[in-house]
Amino acid sequence: MSETPYQEAQRAYEARIAAIGAEEMVINMGPQHPSTHGVLRLQLITDGELVKEVIPHVGYLHRCFEKHAESMNYGKTIPFTDRMDYLASMNNSHAFVMGVERMLGIEKQLPKRVEYIRVLVCELNRIASHLIAIGTYGIDIGAFTPFMWCFRDREHIMNMLEWASGSRMLYNYIWVGGLFYDLPVGFEARCAEFVQYFKPKLAELDELLTNNRIFVSRTANIGVLPADVAINYGCSGPMLRASGVKWDLRRVDDYSVYPELEFDIPIGEGEMGHVGDCWDRFKVRVEEIKESVRIIEQCLDRLTKALKRTADFDPRALVPKKVNLKAQDYYVRAENPKGELGFYFVTQEKTDIPKRVKARGPSFHNLSVLPELAKGVLIADLIAILGSIDIVLGEVDR
Amino acid sequence: MDDQAVGTLSRAFNMDVFLRVKSLLAAQFGEAVVVGEEVAGLQPALIISGEWLPQVCLFLRDHEATYFDFLSCISAVDNGPAAETFTVVYHLASIPHQHQLTLKVMIQNDRRLDNLPVVPSVSSVWRTADWHEREAFDLMGIYFEGHPDLRRILLPDDWHGYPLRKDYEEAETYHGIPIK
Repeated sequence: MSETPYQEAQRAYEARIAAIGAEEMVINMGPQHPSTHGVLRLQLITDGELVKEVIPHVGYLHRCFEKHAESMNYGKTIPFTDRMDYLASMNNSHAFVMGVERMLGIEKQLPKRVEYIRVLVCELNRIASHLIAIGTYGIDIGAFTPFMWCFRDREHIMNMLEWASGSRMLYNYIWVGGLFYDLPVGFEARCAEFVQYFKPKLAELDELLTNNRIFVSRTANIGVLPADVAINYGCSGPMLRASGVKWDLRRVDDYSVYPELEFDIPIGEGEMGHVGDCWDRFKVRVEEIKESVRIIEQCLDRLTKALKRTADFDPRALVPKKVNLKAQDYYVRAENPKGELGFYFVTQEKTDIPKRVKARGPSFHNLSVLPELAKGVLIADLIAILGSIDIVLGEVDR
Repeated sequence: MDDQAVGTLSRAFNMDVFLRVKSLLAAQFGEAVVVGEEVAGLQPALIISGEWLPQVCLFLRDHEATYFDFLSCISAVDNGPAAETFTVVYHLASIPHQHQLTLKVMIQNDRRLDNLPVVPSVSSVWRTADWHEREAFDLMGIYFEGHPDLRRILLPDDWHGYPLRKDYEEAETYHGIPIK
C-alpha cells in the first residue's frame, strides 16, 4: 500500500509507543472491556499501578451520520439522530427538529400541546438516560444492586415511550412541525402513576448508593475537574455543572416551553470531597432526575387540564410536505442528558436535502478531557473517572 | 448567573454582539482581518482571514467585552467541486455573557489529496479544538497547522481519502474485504 501524505502525526505516535522502555507498560483497555460502556479503546501507559497517560481511540461505532444526512431529506434524518445517543433518542430528535423548524420559521406556531408533549417525553428520556448512567456507574465501582434497581425503573419509562411511539429505544416520535401521534389515551394517567411509584425509589437509591460509604470513598476527591479546564475542553451538561458552573441550555436559550416550567439547576458543591470530583458528577445526575420529575409533574398537570386532548387535535397539522428552505446556515443547540448537543445545518436552495449537517456530540467532548483527568491516577480510579463521564459511544463516534 | 437568567436565541446571536466584535477586531488587528460578513441569515457570521485566526480567537476569548470561553463546534464544509473552496466554521459561545458568535474561514484549494487546505490550529486557545480539528482532518481533509497530534480520529489510521468531501469515491476493498 502506498504511503499517504499527512501521516507525520501517526508516525510520531507509533514511534512513541514503540520507544516505551522497560519501566513503563502499555495496557489496552477495550474495545470490548465492560467498563468502557461500549466499544471504546483506551491505551494506558502505566508505571506499576499508576496511569501516566491515557490515549483514547474512538471510532469503532462510526456510522457516517453526517454523510447519510447529506443524502436524504430532513424528515428521513430524524431516525438517524435517534441512533446517535441511543439512550436519549427523544432529546436528539428534539434538537434536530428545533433547528429545522427555526429555519422554516414555524417554531412559534406550534400548538402548546405539542410542545408540552415533547418536553414530557424528553424529560422521561432524560430520566431513563441518567438511570443508566447511575446504574452502570454503580456496577463499575462494584455495586450490583443499584444497577438492577435502575434498570427496573427505566423499564417502566421504556414501556411508556414504546406505547407512545411504537418502538422501545429509537422512537422517531418528534417530527418537523409536530409529532408522530398524539399521546395514547390514558398515557397521562399512567405517567402520573409512574411518578408516584418512582419518587420513593429515588430515596431508596440515595440510601443505597449516593451516601454509601464505600461508594463515596471510591468517588469523592477522585478525578477533580476544575471549572476552567472543563470549559476549555468543551465539557457540557452534568460534567460542566458538577464543576460548579451553572450552565443549562434549557435556561440559557429558553427553548420550547422551558421558560414556563419551574425547575432548578443542580451544580456540584463538593459535599463529599472537592467540587468537580466523580461523586459530584454522580450527584448532579441524581439531582437532575429529581428536577426532571418536577418538570414531568408540571407537564402532566397542563396536559390534563388546560391543554387537554380534544377530538380535533392533529399533532401533524404543521408537518410540511416538503421542507423548502432558502440557502442559509444555522447552528442549533439543546441540552441533552449528556450536555450540549448541537447541529449545524448548511441548506441548499430548491431541494430538501441539506448540503452539510454537522453534529456536535456532547459525549465526544466530555470524553476528550479524559487524558487530562487521568494523569497520574491509579488504574482502578481510571474506571471510576471514565464511568463518571457517562459516555455513549453511539454519539462519540456518530 | 442566577436561576432566572433569561435569554433567547435571538438575543444570544444578536447583531449588537456581532457589530461590537467586528469593530473590536478592526481596532485591534486592522481592517484587513475581517474579510467579509454574512448577515442575511438568522445567525450572522464574520469571515476572518485565516492567517489571523489564532490571534483573533485568543483575543475574543480573553477580552472582557466578549469572553468567548466556550468553543461549541468546529465544522468543515465542502463548497462543492466547482467552487474549489472549503469553509471552516467556528461556533463560539460565552458562558459569562451568554452570547454566541460564528466565525468562518474560507480557503481556496485545488482538492488534490496531497495538497490539503491549510488552516492554523486553535487548539492552543481552546483544548477542545484538538478533537474537533482531528475530526475535520479525518473526514474532510483540512490540515490544521500547529496541531499537536493531527491523527485520524473516527476512521482507521490507514484509511484513504476524506469521506465528507463531495467528490469522495468509496474504495472497492479495505484490506482485501469488499466494502461496496
